[in-house]
Amino acid sequence: MLDAYIPVFLFILVAIGFAIFTLMVSQLVHTKRYNRVKFEPYECGIEPETDARDRYSVRYYLVAMLFVIFDVETVFMFPWAVVMDELALFGLIEMLVFLFILVVGYVYAWRKGALDWA
Amino acid sequence: MLETIVVPLAKIVVLLNAVLVAVTFLVLMERKVIAWAQSRLGPMRVGPYGILQAIADPIKLILKEDITPRKADKYVFTLAPIMSLVPALVVFAVVPFGPDPFYYLSDINVGLLFIISVTSIGVYGIILGGWASNSKYPLLASLRASAQLISYEIAVTMTLVSVILTTGTLSLVGIVEAQREGGLWFAFVQPVALMLVFIGGLAETNRAPFDLPEAETELTGGFHTEYSGMRFSLFFLAEYANMIVISAIVVIMFFGGWLQPFPNVPALAFLGFVPPWIWFIGKIFLFLYVFIWIRATLPRYRYDQLMALGWKVLIPVAIGNLVVTGILKVAL
Repeated sequence: MLDAYIPVFLFILVAIGFAIFTLMVSQLVHTKRYNRVKFEPYECGIEPETDARDRYSVRYYLVAMLFVIFDVETVFMFPWAVVMDELALFGLIEMLVFLFILVVGYVYAWRKGALDWA
Repeated sequence: MLETIVVPLAKIVVLLNAVLVAVTFLVLMERKVIAWAQSRLGPMRVGPYGILQAIADPIKLILKEDITPRKADKYVFTLAPIMSLVPALVVFAVVPFGPDPFYYLSDINVGLLFIISVTSIGVYGIILGGWASNSKYPLLASLRASAQLISYEIAVTMTLVSVILTTGTLSLVGIVEAQREGGLWFAFVQPVALMLVFIGGLAETNRAPFDLPEAETELTGGFHTEYSGMRFSLFFLAEYANMIVISAIVVIMFFGGWLQPFPNVPALAFLGFVPPWIWFIGKIFLFLYVFIWIRATLPRYRYDQLMALGWKVLIPVAIGNLVVTGILKVAL
């Protein structure tokens, strides 16, 4: 069973190796004509005065929260979908109840304006 | 030892090279197709009809100057492109190119779940890249990109559940086999799911019309504004590899993977002379063409429209599709 994961694991190692290898090769051959200006952060030629990591819109945080909720609930459905053949009607009703609760939360979030961006 | 390590390693090397070559030619294809769409010729200088551009580009990128901005977080700045590229490549470990084990590396029984989870890791690359740059445009773009990716991921994942309902398996080989036994591609069984996954796929690969994370006119270069040289190339590779991944997923889930059209119609049996892997790769490139075609045709969304589409249209439709599929599954 777990043998099937050996090639996957090998692939991860090879992919990481490839990324590091190309970076190192490029490090050896690429042009190096640096000057001070090249190391400035890009800001249309004006020297940035403050740190870029400023406060940002709380909406991004909200989206992340909603994502966690919805994605976890979706992952719950994977095993259900796989064994649906055996569960038949019982599984369907069970999942409709689950989806109903999910939709209630979804409608609540929508009503509260969590899904509006503007 | 030979069976568990050496043979897979050989396959991995071949597969990795194939993906990289496909990416370089995909870039050329994109430039050519967009040029033709706009009545231009596209690259013509390097080799006949610019074909060698695909080889010239990687060489150029390796030789480019690689700059770490003064204010950037050095280690994370290097880590981000690697974190972006590795998941995009690793997904190919479970993609089946043909029916027998020779054509795929591994057929794990949670293949689809593996693809969904591994591709999600790519988001870290983007957000870390933007954060480590310590520059305004990349930071804004990376926040946007991650919000966009996770929003559309819900709709796509939920839609895939309805496809799993029809097949009863998460194995990619199993999903294609189910289409062979049914004699019908799932594109005809689950047309709504196909549309959802395709739209979500466009959004998850940051392609037009959802290419807001790199909207040149407002964010200069997107989350990789500060990147140059090889580290930029890794992001670039990841993006195009992800395009191939999404095409492969769409082909496997909805267009019969390596199967010929209408596999059970005897009149079309003569199509069997084309090897399965050619069918598969051909279909993938057909979808890549559609990706490019869409980019050449549609204007970009506005950010609030994008989020509204993801949260207020795709998710309800995905839930609806799931419920209908479940009910039909039990009723029939």
